[in-house]
Amino acid sequence: MKILESGSGKLIQPPDIDAFREWNRQKSKELVDKRMSEAEAVSRFIQDGDYIGTELYGTVRCPMSLVREIIRQGKKNLRLAGQGVMELDLLLAAHTVKEIDLTYVGLEVYGVSNGLRREVESGRVETVVDWSNASIAWRFKAAAMGVPFIPVRSNLGTDTFRHSAAKVIECPFTGKPICLLPALILDVGLIHVHRADKYGNAQIDGISGFAAEMARASKRLIISAEEIIDEEEIRRYPHRTIIPYYLVDAVVHAPFGSHPGEMCYVYRRDEEKIREWVEAAKTEESAQAYLQKYIYQVPDHQAYLDLIGRERLESLRYSGRES
Amino acid sequence: MTAIEYNPTELLICTAARMMPDKTTAFIGTGIPLLAAALAQRMHAPNLVPIFEFGGTGAILERIPIAVGEENTFHRAVAASGICDIVETAQRGFIEFGFLGGAQIDRYGNLNSTVIGDYHHPKVRLPGSGGANDVGSHCWKTIIIMRHDRRRFVEKVDFITTPGYLDGPGGRERAGLPPNTGPYRVVTQLAVLGFHPETKAMMLLATQPGVTVAQVIAETSFELLLADPIEENPPPTAEELRILREEVDKERFYI
Repeated sequence: MKILESGSGKLIQPPDIDAFREWNRQKSKELVDKRMSEAEAVSRFIQDGDYIGTELYGTVRCPMSLVREIIRQGKKNLRLAGQGVMELDLLLAAHTVKEIDLTYVGLEVYGVSNGLRREVESGRVETVVDWSNASIAWRFKAAAMGVPFIPVRSNLGTDTFRHSAAKVIECPFTGKPICLLPALILDVGLIHVHRADKYGNAQIDGISGFAAEMARASKRLIISAEEIIDEEEIRRYPHRTIIPYYLVDAVVHAPFGSHPGEMCYVYRRDEEKIREWVEAAKTEESAQAYLQKYIYQVPDHQAYLDLIGRERLESLRYSGRES
Repeated sequence: MTAIEYNPTELLICTAARMMPDKTTAFIGTGIPLLAAALAQRMHAPNLVPIFEFGGTGAILERIPIAVGEENTFHRAVAASGICDIVETAQRGFIEFGFLGGAQIDRYGNLNSTVIGDYHHPKVRLPGSGGANDVGSHCWKTIIIMRHDRRRFVEKVDFITTPGYLDGPGGRERAGLPPNTGPYRVVTQLAVLGFHPETKAMMLLATQPGVTVAQVIAETSFELLLADPIEENPPPTAEELRILREEVDKERFYI
């Protein structure tokens, strides 16, 4: 196979698919109760220096209670894949991140965040490699397929490619250039779902983002769920299971786990609380004050919800299925 | 008829909405393209199928999404899938239009949304590709909506985030991008521009109401081709503005 061009970006997490197979082989297939707190899940399954990923992103079905716990425990030198909105911004502000495979950093309608810039200029973030959104999702897909790369037609001819760690080859079947994306195997994946049973069988309502691919690309997987349901519910509708239990290491019951973001069909995003972060993110001092108030001085997710206030949270709920 | 006042954002939305035909597929982000799609659905294109990156296909845009993965991107939709399905759908040729923005554009429609200045020591770090590179690689026709001034319409973009025609005729095909794809229109507050069928260089097609050709040329750093004749875009109609203000963006989140 003829390599036409190689991206100059660092391959932060080189894929070892045979090691991944061995890892998956030894993973327990037993149905055991995996329920635990955010604190236990994060301390048991995330080590300093791990390569992690979160799904979906920022303000949409994002495992924010787990992200806050990572910050609370002061994890260090994390490497991560970021379709980064608020979750990445918080992890950056808390100085937990060393290397990023980045697709987007900003706060959507609220514009560009300068959190990444502060971390890069301070030297705490050592590596940033740019990719397109689908490229990261497809890198997970390759890992989920158990293959070392996936051919795609994104990135071709651009600086997005030149600064990535992808390669362009001459396709052995058509003779045309095609982009190869390296598989991305996560040390730890973090996914927030609508419901799961105690073993980790999980269901998602609405769009599924890249949950199916990321779950299957993760060596360890922490699920947080709005609701814990009975195993019988899972077995009654097995077609609804997007993540089967054997992928899962921890199941965390986290109602309003995506707050201040939304959970489709369940609750809306909390615009005022999102804006509070947008304002706080502007300077290092105000960002640290925000982390103090909403994370460091709050022992756990329940205490965070108490701080936000039951009445406020209930007001975000959809009354019945509006959509 | 007395002239109705409107702001530049409303003008962009109305201009873009008119470009969306009925019964076709359009890859939509948030912001102006979204409002344009919502307006088009209520005017001439009730069967326009908006497609959102993280999985929404065919939403009825009764409520305006403010994030690309949020619930309103699949409100009363025909399908809710995921990002791989959506971009693979574009990759195999199902998505006709794609909408893009950017901080810089060059004569071949190459777009920068990654950095201003040197990549490793940027003057300004922008959000990055997000889905832009995917949309610009796979959709048949991309429509670019951006503000028009000399700092944005540049001879050479600092970073090609999203491919236009790259280095000109045949550039996309040489790079391996799907044939017969690429930038179709650029919509700005001053003009509507297209690309010459042979040279692929940007060409002024129409000026916005009250704007002169000289103004458009003055706000563009590279040499523009001029269509003959250059049309003048009609202003937003009372009906377009009423629907936009009273139905599409009631809360005035964008306009």
